[in-house]
Order: sequence, then C-alpha cells, then structure tokens
Amino acid sequence: MTRTQRVNAALRQVPSWAVYGLGALIPVYYLYLGLTGGLGVEPVNALERALGDLAIKALVVVLAVTPVRRWTGISLVMHRRALGLLAFFYVVCHLLVWALLDVQDFGRVWADIVKRPYISIGMIAFVLLLPVAATSNNLSIRKLGPVRWRRVHMLTYAIGVLGAAHYIMVQKTWEAEPLIYLAVILGLVATRLPALRREFAS
Amino acid sequence: MAGRWKNDLTLDDVTPRGIYLNRRQMLTSLTAAGLGLSVSPAAAQGADLEPNTFEDITSYNNFYEFGTGKSDPAEYAGQLTTSPWTVEIDGLVDRPGPVSMDDILSRMEIEERIYRLRCVEAWSMVIPWQGFELADLLEMAGVQDGAQFVAFQTLLRPEEMPGQKRPILDWPYIEGLRLDEAMHPLTIMATGLYGKPLPNQNGAPLRLVVPWKYGFKSIKSIVRITLTDRQPETTWNLAGPDEYGFYANVNPNVDHPRWSQATERRVGGGLFSRRIDTMMFNGYEDEVASLYRGMDLAENY
Repeated sequence: MTRTQRVNAALRQVPSWAVYGLGALIPVYYLYLGLTGGLGVEPVNALERALGDLAIKALVVVLAVTPVRRWTGISLVMHRRALGLLAFFYVVCHLLVWALLDVQDFGRVWADIVKRPYISIGMIAFVLLLPVAATSNNLSIRKLGPVRWRRVHMLTYAIGVLGAAHYIMVQKTWEAEPLIYLAVILGLVATRLPALRREFAS
Repeated sequence: MAGRWKNDLTLDDVTPRGIYLNRRQMLTSLTAAGLGLSVSPAAAQGADLEPNTFEDITSYNNFYEFGTGKSDPAEYAGQLTTSPWTVEIDGLVDRPGPVSMDDILSRMEIEERIYRLRCVEAWSMVIPWQGFELADLLEMAGVQDGAQFVAFQTLLRPEEMPGQKRPILDWPYIEGLRLDEAMHPLTIMATGLYGKPLPNQNGAPLRLVVPWKYGFKSIKSIVRITLTDRQPETTWNLAGPDEYGFYANVNPNVDHPRWSQATERRVGGGLFSRRIDTMMFNGYEDEVASLYRGMDLAENY
C-alpha cells in the first residue's frame, strides 16, 4: 500500500459524526470564550470575526477537496458533505451573532442588508448557500438527478468568491489576509474552468 | 490658564478598580445565567458615565503603528521608547522650536478630565484622562495672527512601530484641527489615565483628546505641532476621503458609508451588552455646537 493509500484509508476510518461533532464544537468553544473573557473586552466583534474567519476557512477546505485529490491523490471526498454543511453552519452562526448580538434590531439589520454593499454581498452569498445546504443529502441527489444536483452545487464557486469579497470590503484598509483568501479561492475556482466549460457547452 | 472647563465628574466617580472588577464578575455570571440581559434605562440613554476599567482602556486600542488588530498595540507598544521625547512646535508661532516632554510637564497644569471616547467604528468608552488644555501649550508657543489651523504628526520610527513597516496607511500619521477647535477648552493633550502615566498603547507620552470627534482625530504619540494658515491633510481622509472627513464630529445622523453611526456599543459590557444611542457631538453639544453654526454637517462630515 502506498502512503497515499494509507492516508486515504485512515481518512475513511474517520466517522462522519466525528467530523460533524468536532466541527460544530468550534463555535461553541468560541461562545464559551466570549462569555468568559477569552475574546477580550469587546467580545461581540471578536466573536463575529472569529466565526466569519472560520466560515471562509471551511469554504477554502471544501473548494480544495477536488484539486487536492487530483494533485496528490489524497481524497477527502467522503467528508466533503460534512465539511460543506459545517461551512454553512459557521456562516449561520456568523450571521446570527451579527444580527442578534451586534446590530440587535431587525429594522437596522434590513437597512444594512439593502444599504451596505459588503453586507449585501455577504447576504447574497448566504442566500446562494441555502439551496446548496438544503440539497446536501442523498435524497436530493436522487430527486434532482446528478446533472441538476451538480449544477446547484457549483454555486459554491460563486459563494467562495463573494465570501472573500465580503471579507475584503469589511476591512478599513487593504489588509493582506483577506486578499490572500481571495487569491486562493480564485485559484481553486480556476481549476474548475475546464469542467465548467464542459458542463455548460451546448 | 487651565480649568476653563469643569468636569461634572471627578475622580470620586471613578469606581475603585477592585469593586469594579467584582461588579463585572457578578454581571458576567448573571449574564451567563441568562438573567442579566436587561440593562438599566440610564445606561441605554447613555447617561451613565461610569469609566471603563483600566484593562478595557489599555487592551482594546486602535493604534495602527503597532498593527491593525485591537490587541496589537497592547502587545507591541511596550518596545516604544518614550523618554527622552521632544515635540517640535513650528509654523506660525512666535517661539518655534523643540520642546522637551519634561519641559512641557513642568510648565503645564495637569488636570483630570473624564471624557466619552467614540470610535468611528461605533464602539465607545469612558476614560479618565489626565492632561492639560492644548490652548495652554499653543499660548506658550505664541500663536501668530495668520494661523487658522493646527497640524499634528505622530512619531515615525518603524523599528519600534512594526505597523509602520507595512503600507497600511501613509506614514507618519497626521491629523489637524481648526484653530478654534484646538483652542476649545474641551480639547486636551493627555499625559496619563487613571492617575498613571499614559500607557504606550494609548499614545504615550503625549496625545491629543478631542472628545466630540471620532477617536481617529485624537492623534497619538505626537512629535510635531504646526500652526498653519491652510487646512492640513489628515491620514484617514487621505486613505478614504468618502469615509473619513476632516471634521469627523460625532454625529448620529450622518452614517459612515459602510455602517450606521446612530448607535454604539460601550466596550466592556460583555457578549450581551445592548447598544446605546450615539449623542450629537458625543454628548458635548452644549459646549461645541456653536463652533459649527451655519455649517452643513452632512457635507462637512
């Protein structure tokens, strides 16, 4: 057995519930830190940022699954659904902290969504995530059929790019980290261009 | 002449640190139990001027010379050499030249000012500063007739200020005030807080405090003060002219393009702290509104 095969065998041994469970614990841990002073004297903003950071990292991992398999042979495909749903969960947590703990007022939440471009973009990314998350189950694959299902899940490429744009726009100055995320995500999406061309060439 | 403006809060209003910490601990545990979610109406009105803790004020800072993270200044500002320190006062003054910090401290009358601080990012604190009125320093230098503005400059020393090694902003940091704003009795140069010498992350050894303007106007670690007849350029205005104006007066009715300025979060209230309404001129309307009579404050943001 090659090393790649051993790694893949080990990855297959990891049960899905462990990925879901450990992944879901991270926001819980952040919340605990926020309640106990571990996020500093202004925990709302810190929690909001930590969850956004987590969400975009999860999106990068999900987008990297296919290229990593192609380049290294290491396959996380059996955990891709769990990783994708975790990314969705992190986005929901980020959104809830923003709306409930930060803005605290539904009228102002709505005003921000329509008035502030970086929030509009974040919300568009969230809305695009909804059908992807809702169809992340075997029943949906059967009902939609592989082609339609695959196309729905190609929304992930747009979601990643919009997420990175949202991250850049929220900064007061040009920070390196959000730009690196955008570059990485654009790179990962670029590896799909031939497949996208095949998919929609007709 | 110090003491032109009298605090209606004194050091007696500064809750002793021990008691404050206990109270906060209690609040935190109550909140954690889901019981402490309602805040007193006074706090919601912004009428409650209890100073933030020393920890709040010294661990949550915007001082991009040390990095853009809120904890970067506390982490990295320790390496800044603040003594000896010299301030160059030049431009339209009778007695230009360098003044040592020791000289300034020996000639200025230090007093206590408990001020609200409202950051343009919509968070706020209440800070018990020590300092002197900028007007006293300017009078010491002798302001000439033609002077209409005051320009300030922060120290440029990348080897001790790691943020300056990256082009986040156009270094050195510069700020400016209209002369009448600079001479206003609320405008102080702070040299300490909570009775201690100013911590480096708060702009040691000498910083401006203009309590009715967004925090970025209150330039830190000042090495140059220039009296001039034209409106000086200011760092954040150069970085984002649509977002940060020269005046930058706290105004709940004029939003930042990317967020509302109507409300703010008082730092230190924990995860479930309620937002409070932002006050016109940060609550100093009676004192400073006359400076801007007839001006369109939406135009001159």
